[in-house]
Amino acid sequence: MRFAVIVFPGSNCDVDMYHAVKDELGADVEYVWHDAENLDEFDGILLPGGFSYGDYLRSGAIARFSNVMKEVMKAAEAGKPVLGVCNGFQILLEAGLLPGAMRRNESLKFICRPVELKVENNETMFSTAYEKDEVITIPIAHGEGNYYCDEETLAKLKENNQIVFTYNGSNPNGSLENIAGIINEKGNVLGMMPHPERAVDELLGGADGLKLFQSIVKQWREAHVVNA
Amino acid sequence: MYKVKVFVTLRESVLDPQGTAVKNSLHTMNYNEVSDVRIGKFMELNIEKSDRDVEEIVKEMCERLLANVVIEDYRFEIEEAVAQ
Repeated sequence: MRFAVIVFPGSNCDVDMYHAVKDELGADVEYVWHDAENLDEFDGILLPGGFSYGDYLRSGAIARFSNVMKEVMKAAEAGKPVLGVCNGFQILLEAGLLPGAMRRNESLKFICRPVELKVENNETMFSTAYEKDEVITIPIAHGEGNYYCDEETLAKLKENNQIVFTYNGSNPNGSLENIAGIINEKGNVLGMMPHPERAVDELLGGADGLKLFQSIVKQWREAHVVNA
Repeated sequence: MYKVKVFVTLRESVLDPQGTAVKNSLHTMNYNEVSDVRIGKFMELNIEKSDRDVEEIVKEMCERLLANVVIEDYRFEIEEAVAQ
């Protein structure tokens, strides 16, 4: 399975994402610049965190119109796994690949610390390696992670089991219903504010994020490799 | 040439944490008459005349990029700039 880490001007978690996939997961991965014309050779698309285009106007708003996003939409449409972390999540929201929008943190402060997450749905292609309701620790680092959507959208998210991760215990940013990560209806586009790529080795303070990447590979192998 | 002023603010139904912080600060300064503060963005655009209706173009730009209509409202004013 071959992953693409999309690099926008201002991405700063691209190297962490690359390291997680290449060195900890042991999969094929390549950096892809934001003006790339084609993603056909990749099986999974990773949108890393950072400050694409300096977060000018709104987080993710300008990146959403990058050339490569047409290809990301195509990959999403084709059912390939698309993971957006932090700024990557904000880009997916701006692109309309996931519903809702991000507001500034309720505290108005940039927050950077490990948080507890609860796995609400372990039946997605990103979360099968976790137990349902498992509590994991993954770091967050954001100023705009306060997820918002209208009541109708929230009802739909709940009805379709699209809330994958919630903050456990305390809510760090004011996010609606403690939402930390959601998936699209089709189940192949996941956006999350916490950084699983920063929690892939005990040396880094924890490896709870690695299972997310392992889930993707496992699902892909089951679907694509004979006798997997 | 048109001069267009675009104002983007959070929707009334969406809590504005920046606005709330500024309101609290104004109250600390004893401006207790302030009952609400909403913070938004102000953009100035110069737009060349074209075949398309300028109002339609600005509306489209607001909906697609300048505002995130999930959480933000926008309004704009169009002035016809005098040629130099």
